[in-house]
Amino acid sequence: MTDQPVWQPAASQAALESRAQQLAFVRGFFAQRGVVEVETPVLGRCGVTDVNLDGIPAQVSASGIEGGWLQTSPEYHMKRLLAAGSGPIYQVSKVFRNGERGRRHNPEFSMLEWYRPGFDDRELMTEVADLVCGWLGCERPEVLYYRDAVKTWAHVDPFESSERELMRRCEEWLEPEQLAGLGRDGCLDLLMSFAVEPNLGIERPVFITGYPASQASLARVSEHQGYSVAHRFELYVRGLELCNGYWELTDPVEQRRRFEADNHQRRLLGKPEMPIDDAFLSALEQGLPDCAGVALGLDRLLMLKLGATDISDVLAFPFERA
Amino acid sequence: MASYSTNEFRGGLKVLLDGDPCIILENEFVKPGKGQAFNRVKLRNLMTNRVWERTFKSGESLEAADVIDQDMEYLYTDGEFWHFMKTDGSFEQYPADAKAVGDTVKWLKEQDVYTVTLYNGAPLTVTPPNFVELEVVDTDPGMKGDTAQGGSKPATLSTGAVVNVPLFITIGEVLKVDTRTGEYVSRVKSS
Repeated sequence: MTDQPVWQPAASQAALESRAQQLAFVRGFFAQRGVVEVETPVLGRCGVTDVNLDGIPAQVSASGIEGGWLQTSPEYHMKRLLAAGSGPIYQVSKVFRNGERGRRHNPEFSMLEWYRPGFDDRELMTEVADLVCGWLGCERPEVLYYRDAVKTWAHVDPFESSERELMRRCEEWLEPEQLAGLGRDGCLDLLMSFAVEPNLGIERPVFITGYPASQASLARVSEHQGYSVAHRFELYVRGLELCNGYWELTDPVEQRRRFEADNHQRRLLGKPEMPIDDAFLSALEQGLPDCAGVALGLDRLLMLKLGATDISDVLAFPFERA
Repeated sequence: MASYSTNEFRGGLKVLLDGDPCIILENEFVKPGKGQAFNRVKLRNLMTNRVWERTFKSGESLEAADVIDQDMEYLYTDGEFWHFMKTDGSFEQYPADAKAVGDTVKWLKEQDVYTVTLYNGAPLTVTPPNFVELEVVDTDPGMKGDTAQGGSKPATLSTGAVVNVPLFITIGEVLKVDTRTGEYVSRVKSS
């Protein structure tokens, strides 16, 4: 409205210096392990179908092509490099998500993403722990199943409780009319955010794994204790979600099915459908090597390093000042 | 009437919730990386002054409340209403009832300027400035030479407010008072 522009950075000089040290640490970590740094477009031709990610459209006009999207993650481009035979790769890049602003979010943020051909989710979790604990000097994480975490802190069973039971549990936060259309996963997201997350990684960091198959995104799915679970993991440190990793789905047919299911869901929610990235699917058809990959929020990692509770404390210019 | 979606939520925004005008105090954006986003919002109900905590799904919206703050001069009371006038030269007058005036009644001095919060064009609350200057109309006799000594006594001001003042204060003096705490600040000058 009538806010005065502020020219000064939001982060302290010490925080800015610590950011530079963190970047040097990350580059040293991967150099030592023979993982190659790559750069892929921040400005891509396609966005993502993911129902809960709103990309920021760009209005590019070049080579007879109109449009484009600021990337929400370098995932598809990096997987195209993997399919082309890159071997293990990592990238530090700026990514963009519309509407996300809060103490832990800025619409533009720094992402560290890396892929390890031949690794499964467990092996990559070990490497994530090496990196995070090496930098933060924290205890190594324990591993907790999503189901156990939700049962412990939200007192419902994410696999066994009926949608009705989940909704009733959510009435602590939402009015009955708001609950309509939230769906099973929406209820679980709410419980995860408000009942579970604040308790995660308090004593020591914790990996959450074994997500419901409906929340697999780009992870492969298998049976565990009779339930269909995703080979997906997240790391929480002091209640802060730090990364999201997969034992990657390599099946192009299944991948296309998930994209189409996303768009179907978008239609139901009145959100715009997103064009499917055919270059990415072609790369999968060519053959993505068996690999695990993970994306880690570098701004949040720096928050943990400095004990900051607001992402603005570690950003030179958060969006209001950008 | 305009409405605000969760993306526009921020401190100070005035919205309608359950039919009551509210002001957003805090807005917390919460989102699991791959999941649905929510806004956890703290609001103060401007009718009751009660603080509410509510959760919204990202993309939900609230109607804007027609609430504005205006500087107005206090004119007089007829016993039922306290009458205020805009200071913009329009001479427009607004009657505020006892509920709107609330505790501010004890700081109301004719010709002084107050913040009147209007909801749908009618006074909702009246807020005094942080400091007011009022005359002492009644207090025990002062003690000469007692200026440095501690101790206090009650004094009744021209508006009826009673504040604790140092012992040396006498009837007829004008005092500066902090309306937020109801405490004596200083003497303005003897009149």
